[in-house]
Amino acid sequence: MTGRTRIRVRWRASAELTGDVLAYLTVPLAFPLLVALYYRESPVPFLAAIAVALALGAGFRSLRDPDADLGPREAFLAVASIWFLVAAVGAIPFVVAGTGVLSNPVNAMFESMSGLTTTGATVLVDFGVHPRGVMMWRQVLQWLGGLGILILATAVLSEIGVGGAQLMESETQTRDVSKLTPKISQTARLIWSLYVGLTILAAATYFALGLAVDPQMDLYNAVAHAFTSVSTAGFSPEPLSIGAFHPAIQWAVIPFMVVGSTSFVLLYFAINGEPMRLLKNDEFHFYLGSMGVFAAIVALVLGLDPGTPFGPEATVRHAVFNVVSMVTTTGYASADFELWAPGAKHLLFMGMFLGGMVGSTTCSIKSLRWMVALKAFKRDLYTSIHPESVRPVRNSGAPIDEETIRDIYAYILLSVVIFFFFTVFVVVDAERGDARVTEFEAMGAAASTFLNIGPAFGDAGPYGTYASFPLSTRAVMIVLMWIGRIEIIPVLVLFTKSFWTS
Amino acid sequence: MHVVIIGAGEVGTSTAASLASDHDVVVIDCDADRTEDLKYQYDVLTITGDGTDSSVQERADVAGADMLIACTDDDRTNLVACGTAKTFGDPFTIARVKSTSYLKTWERDETAFGVDFLVCTDLLTAENIVRVIGLPAAVDVDPFAGDLVQMAEFEIGAESPVADQTVAEADRFESLTFVGIFRDGEVEIPRGDTRICPGDRAVVVGSPESVQAFANDIAPDTTPNDADEIVIVGGSEIGYQTARILEERGLRSRLIEQDGERARWLAEQLPDTVVMEHDATDTEFLSREHVDEADIVVTALDSDERNLLAAVLAKRLGVDRVVSVVDSADYVTVFEEIGIDVAINPRTVTAEEIIRFTFESVAENIAVLENDRAEVLELELDEGCALVGRPIRELVEEIDAKFVIGAIVRDGEHVTPRGDTVLRPGDHVIVLVETAFTSELASMA
Repeated sequence: MTGRTRIRVRWRASAELTGDVLAYLTVPLAFPLLVALYYRESPVPFLAAIAVALALGAGFRSLRDPDADLGPREAFLAVASIWFLVAAVGAIPFVVAGTGVLSNPVNAMFESMSGLTTTGATVLVDFGVHPRGVMMWRQVLQWLGGLGILILATAVLSEIGVGGAQLMESETQTRDVSKLTPKISQTARLIWSLYVGLTILAAATYFALGLAVDPQMDLYNAVAHAFTSVSTAGFSPEPLSIGAFHPAIQWAVIPFMVVGSTSFVLLYFAINGEPMRLLKNDEFHFYLGSMGVFAAIVALVLGLDPGTPFGPEATVRHAVFNVVSMVTTTGYASADFELWAPGAKHLLFMGMFLGGMVGSTTCSIKSLRWMVALKAFKRDLYTSIHPESVRPVRNSGAPIDEETIRDIYAYILLSVVIFFFFTVFVVVDAERGDARVTEFEAMGAAASTFLNIGPAFGDAGPYGTYASFPLSTRAVMIVLMWIGRIEIIPVLVLFTKSFWTS
Repeated sequence: MHVVIIGAGEVGTSTAASLASDHDVVVIDCDADRTEDLKYQYDVLTITGDGTDSSVQERADVAGADMLIACTDDDRTNLVACGTAKTFGDPFTIARVKSTSYLKTWERDETAFGVDFLVCTDLLTAENIVRVIGLPAAVDVDPFAGDLVQMAEFEIGAESPVADQTVAEADRFESLTFVGIFRDGEVEIPRGDTRICPGDRAVVVGSPESVQAFANDIAPDTTPNDADEIVIVGGSEIGYQTARILEERGLRSRLIEQDGERARWLAEQLPDTVVMEHDATDTEFLSREHVDEADIVVTALDSDERNLLAAVLAKRLGVDRVVSVVDSADYVTVFEEIGIDVAINPRTVTAEEIIRFTFESVAENIAVLENDRAEVLELELDEGCALVGRPIRELVEEIDAKFVIGAIVRDGEHVTPRGDTVLRPGDHVIVLVETAFTSELASMA
């Protein structure tokens, strides 16, 4: 006995996978490189990032141990490190380009993490100073992060095999990644091809509408927005976001956000001749229903508010668009809702906590958890009258086991607690840094980054910038976006002793 | 007929008893005491040995047997025994099982396990319970085509809502057919304009759900409906199947099961049943949950003692009708003597079904009505038989006999016959026919 505690995580397996993913990052980096070359901009930022990605990838791969298998712990470690390191490499083009606020490494990291986690919160102040290649890289990052990097990795890296199910589950924290096919890599490929297909459809739709009604929606913008709408991500190269485009285009973006937040597994079934599995799904009803109620109330509030200068069509459009954008955790804006009546603003804030369906590109708490929690609560009311009755909570007829319900309660509580502490931190840190942030604005910014939505209120509003928060707040936000995107647990377990030793 | 029976328990013994007088019966059991007893009780040959063993089956001359009935208490023994028998020749094999999952497998392919007819004890008992509690107003109820179709005969009282209505007015249910009306000892084939008079007996054929709904329509006071409270005590397989069939018929019940894990499982399987986890002999609990106000209590616990206690308690609390499962046939009379309304013994039910089948497998499934004035038959249609390929309307005009097709079972699904329905080979048709024309019609199938 040496007295030294043995590390029980076969971290070399996680390192190998991290190295593989970083090396493959060169492929998506090539796209903005081509854009930069097309617009006769400097390719150096992307070449630098590609060099670092290859070097880091080779470095991590040299740590590999052929005997180490990818178990649950290694999957957690890999998920946490991959999401962080990909964001770090993703920040390199911003720093090297060095335009505007992005020359600051913390801002670059913020923008990159916000992109990869499909948050959509930006520190940019003047959109015009940045090269088009760099602006396109923001969009590509969001598209990569949309469905989850590790689902992509499982689809591409055939050697992952059995560990893939482990990875997809620890990335999304869903117990049962419904396998569409016996092989998990095949399932990942089917889901990703659906994602690619929807993205192409979005790009084509936007481009066609651009030709018809709005010359500002050129090919560049069509591709850029396709990258960030199905992925419910929210970056836009336009400072006015989707508000910069014709109303017809704004309407067209809504269904892509809605579909992006729908379970891809159920979408796959729907496309392959089994639409009832989607249409009769309880979570789908809950998701559309809750979003519909919020949109209706916001429309009512806007309609009744004499200070809102919209006509009837615009009232409905802006209410639906911005509610959908918040609930699906996209983060686009069709109007500056910072200027809206308090009632409408607070409803949008509440909508941030909803999220879309499990197994989609959405973030936040997700409709399945809320639905199960509500059903379990209703059940508990019944059992308090009939203590002997046994009543399982059901999702689309299938009983949900009690352990899952407990996990869901715990997850919601954990999210709310983190949100609460984070809000207090934002207020206190702003006070210290001499910035002016109200409690509501702090709540909005905390929820919007932690739940990966994007815009909030006040300075962080849809047409504002997170650059006005103190540097320390922005640094903490980077961490919270990271934790929030991979659903807290994979990061938190890394900080427990038993993860590493026992 | 040469019949081999494997298993000399209650089911095997009573089956042997009813067949022994007319047929050559061989009984196999591994318990020497049982075979010894049986040998002196009935005129049968007994063999002591393992019924799944091919050498034992050879000694019983399974190769030359017409029928093999495997009815031990063990499901797998019965299935293996039938499979073994099929290696000798082609006796008609009947197996008794408890598990409904084997029944499901067998229903997917009716040659599975080498079994030609599968009797599922627990399901059969549950169906029996549901018939007893579900249709107290019926004079006669018989299942056809594996309980996919029911025939029921009702007496129409003067106060019945359908009295003095025409058949067209009374027939409000999609999958129900009026097949006959008995009046003054004569059978009448109903047409749409036939008037139903008080004192008539109406025979209907249809899905069990529609028969239940019809019973509720004509005898609302005695037939259980949504408003009636049915409590099942004990979540045994029989209790579970009873609750499940009641759910299918649109009747909600409450099921009381003491074991936590079993209760959870039951609650997961039965979305429309309220499952409660508690000891059903706790009177404080029973009155708190108002079990005393229940209209029907079914006790389906695992032991007779506990069933008796629960049933007596329910009666004392003032429940109208108490139905009890009694595992030992000897106690059935005891239960009924102390005031339990109906006592059902699963083994008796199973033996009756097997005996009924051994008699009827030759002459198809039959229900005889009103002192043999009419019969309800189940016919399986062969390729190229006279009834196949023509709309029913043409058949009725052409065949000079009083008959009505009440239901068709096609690929395991219930089909309601209409004038333009065309019969196909493989269809099971449930038909009412005047007794005089029975053999004529049967020869056409």
